[in-house]
Amino acid sequence: MLSWKQFRHGVIKGFPVCLGYIPVSFTFGIMAVQSGLPVWLAIFISISNLTSAGQFAGTKLLAAGAGFLEVGLTTLVINLRYMLMSLALSQRVDTKVSMGHRLLMGYGITDEIFAIAITETEEITPAYMYGLIITPVFGWTLGTALGALTNGILPASLSNAMGIALYAMFIAIIIPPAKQSMPVLATIVIAIVVTCILRYIPIFSFISSGFQVILATIVAAVIMAALVPITEDGTAERGQQA
Amino acid sequence: MSYAVTGVILMAVVTYIIRVLPITVFKKQIESRYIRSFLYYVPYAVIASLTFPGIFYATGNVMTAVLGTAAAILLALFRQGLVVVAIGAILVVYISGLFL
Repeated sequence: MLSWKQFRHGVIKGFPVCLGYIPVSFTFGIMAVQSGLPVWLAIFISISNLTSAGQFAGTKLLAAGAGFLEVGLTTLVINLRYMLMSLALSQRVDTKVSMGHRLLMGYGITDEIFAIAITETEEITPAYMYGLIITPVFGWTLGTALGALTNGILPASLSNAMGIALYAMFIAIIIPPAKQSMPVLATIVIAIVVTCILRYIPIFSFISSGFQVILATIVAAVIMAALVPITEDGTAERGQQA
Repeated sequence: MSYAVTGVILMAVVTYIIRVLPITVFKKQIESRYIRSFLYYVPYAVIASLTFPGIFYATGNVMTAVLGTAAAILLALFRQGLVVVAIGAILVVYISGLFL
């Protein structure tokens, strides 16, 4: 049976993400309508895709009349990082959780929902995930609808400031464990260095932003898994005192 | 219009398959210590890579973004929750945006 308590816990954890999603999806709603899409389709894109960079890029391609192959491949490349997240989550879900639940839980794997779920110390249950998914989906859809309908009445100074919200949440998620564990801090530093190299060195400019994340993650995690493998209790042993 | 709707459904299906494949395929615990170690570090690497350097371009002004980032890091070091860190960063960006 699904636990109401776990669901509520998920809803509460999802609330900051919901708020952070509103200004981003607001911008998407404006962009979609300005590219000539009807309001209902903009909203449908947000509910069915639930991605930021992926749906921005795909919608721009569709507005430009691109071929389906290009649209599909671009979506694949930008969103492929979710596979790594889904794999990491799969190891935190009880083996008894049914296929039906897994099919529903998979729908809600976004950068932010993943970041919150994976840092839970307890096991990830379907009820918790549904709560954690439903609030951000609501915010993402609401923001899209508001942006599409009002076509941009949010003052630029305010929406610019709100642009930092989701990034600030990521900082709030990774700083406390980095403070406690040297290996975690090292992982973060390696990932940032690789991302910067891929982003700023011109010969790598053909690599999309989604792939930058994949490559940086794999390089950092491969190095750290070799240098500091986890112990039986599932944490990195050395450097805990740092 | 059917072109756009078809395209949107295509995007949705591609994205859904990417997300749902691993969580439905890997139902058992992976035994390899190396892969388990790799997966232990993945979240921190993913989140770090998503945040930096993207955060510096999140506000339309690198200066205000740097100040907002500093505020977020400071608040996070003092173990403030997600909401406090986010609102603190927004406030610093908004206020510094009035001057810069």
